[in-house]
Amino acid sequence: MTEKENKEKEEKPRHPLSEVFDMYIRNFSAVCAMLVLIVIIILAIFGPSLYPTDPFEMVWMPFSPPGQEGFLLGTDYLGRDLMAGLVHGARVSILVGISAAFMSVVIGITIGALAGYYRGTVEEILMRLTEFFQVLPTLLFSMVIVALFGASLPMIVIAIGLVSWTAVARITRAEFLRIRELEFVLASRASGASDFRLIFSVILPNALPPIIVQAALMVGSAILFEAGLSFLGLSDPNIVSWGQIIGSNRQYILDASYTVTVPGLAIFITVLAISLVGDGLNDALNPKLRRR
Amino acid sequence: MMDPILKVENLSVELKTREGTSPVIDELSFELNAGETLSFVGESGCGKSMTALGIMGLLPEKISRVSSGRILFQGEDLASVSQKRLQEIRGNEISMIFQEPMTSLNPVYTIGEQIGEILRRHKGLNRKQSFLQALDLIEAVQIPDPKNKIHSYPFQLSGGQRQRVMIAMALACEPKILVADEPTTALDVTVQAQIFDLLKELRAKTNTAIILITHDMGVVYEMAQKMIVMYAGRKVEEGSVNQVIKSPAHPYTQGLISCVPHLTEKQPEVRERLLEIPGIVPSLTSFGLNKCLFESRCHKSVEKCLSSKPDAQQILGGHKANCWNLGK
Repeated sequence: MTEKENKEKEEKPRHPLSEVFDMYIRNFSAVCAMLVLIVIIILAIFGPSLYPTDPFEMVWMPFSPPGQEGFLLGTDYLGRDLMAGLVHGARVSILVGISAAFMSVVIGITIGALAGYYRGTVEEILMRLTEFFQVLPTLLFSMVIVALFGASLPMIVIAIGLVSWTAVARITRAEFLRIRELEFVLASRASGASDFRLIFSVILPNALPPIIVQAALMVGSAILFEAGLSFLGLSDPNIVSWGQIIGSNRQYILDASYTVTVPGLAIFITVLAISLVGDGLNDALNPKLRRR
Repeated sequence: MMDPILKVENLSVELKTREGTSPVIDELSFELNAGETLSFVGESGCGKSMTALGIMGLLPEKISRVSSGRILFQGEDLASVSQKRLQEIRGNEISMIFQEPMTSLNPVYTIGEQIGEILRRHKGLNRKQSFLQALDLIEAVQIPDPKNKIHSYPFQLSGGQRQRVMIAMALACEPKILVADEPTTALDVTVQAQIFDLLKELRAKTNTAIILITHDMGVVYEMAQKMIVMYAGRKVEEGSVNQVIKSPAHPYTQGLISCVPHLTEKQPEVRERLLEIPGIVPSLTSFGLNKCLFESRCHKSVEKCLSSKPDAQQILGGHKANCWNLGK
């Protein structure tokens, strides 16, 4: 590189997104986690067509250990192929994780934004509501919802979304309280922006970085949550998920430990990867940690 | 003579403090004609910025409000219109430039989007039309290389360029009134001069009336035709810039003008001490008392200053000062 090019590069401020990308790339564990996550997502999308064995079909003798009889991960107590369960279950676990996280982000942003923007009575009411949801025992509350309305996939997503939006609401409110006092908000108001516009297109985009991080972490916890509910038997019996495999095989944990270990490891790796990605995003999006 | 475009009548603005409410603006009246520049001058905390925010309807909610008086914009009282109507007026017929160009632009949008958005909101243009007009505006405020700069984010621009963008946004809808709250305080002197040249040029082109808030006498002399000197929320002197600067009548104005350092051809070895006004602005609790609030700092105070609030005394033509002891 010539000296002139070098100088030009220094002078021109860079786009913040490219700076974030650079920061992320430098984080080794976050990059590895991202790769693992990409593999898992590809598996969830294309796996079932590459490995079309029905996860509910009895294909061989029960309890055949991994690697024997041509079954890579062995069979469970009903002789169902564990590999098929793992591949097909990935889709459900990740779908539940993402849609539950999405739902709680939507609820959380709406409540947090309104509370932080309007202050006063609105804030008082919305934050008391948030605290009410915060002190409910989450697992118990979602179990009640699922037990009352039936264990279908959408209901499980709703149950998880309803109990986990409080963190997003609090973060959004805190960001709004800070950003609403900044001068560009006053300037936008002076140019005639309505409240709706100020909330959603002036303040919200500036409040997004910590919310994105929280959302990424929430995908992981929603997957765990779903596994927990399935383990307790509160899952759609017609859809296979990782938690459900563990739940249905839990009686045989001493005889055939691999039947719970394999899906357990899958959950562990996925959630760990998501957490590391979330952490990497946090470091990359937080300007205070940059250029250290 | 045509009607003034903005007529403020006995405007009072109250601010809630821990000690109670105090009038940060106390019965202020003035008129502004189309194409004219009116300047507000005074120390920090004398109510200049509150006046600007009051006109825009942007007083800090819950702690301050217009307690009496009217702000007549083309016959419409801005102090009592609905929020919705205010939103239509702001940015469209009355717009504002802020002191800090560094922080008054939204960091997540390109400047083209920010200018275009105002045009779409008030003029109902579509995306393409607003983009083209934003390009024209960026060119009009003399930012080099507009075709590329329109896609830049605020952090990619210098302070002067950002203030130009603010001006472009403020003038996008060709407002009748532009409120400029210390538009160049945060910029260095050469950029300051450029910005004022630009404002003058645009004023001549669009016949926009400007309310200029500043504490810089040089700026007032260069930009404005009329000026109002404020002290502790009250108007103390008003008149044409020439009259007030050449023959200030109120002791506060005299002090303010003598505070400005002069550049002379030959700097004397021992510099002349700059005159200062002794004391500080009285605390908010004493705002609104029926006395002259400048009395404690004034070398010409008489007994009457303590017992009643001075009225406007006419000096010559439109030149008035609120002082009991003029020319005595």
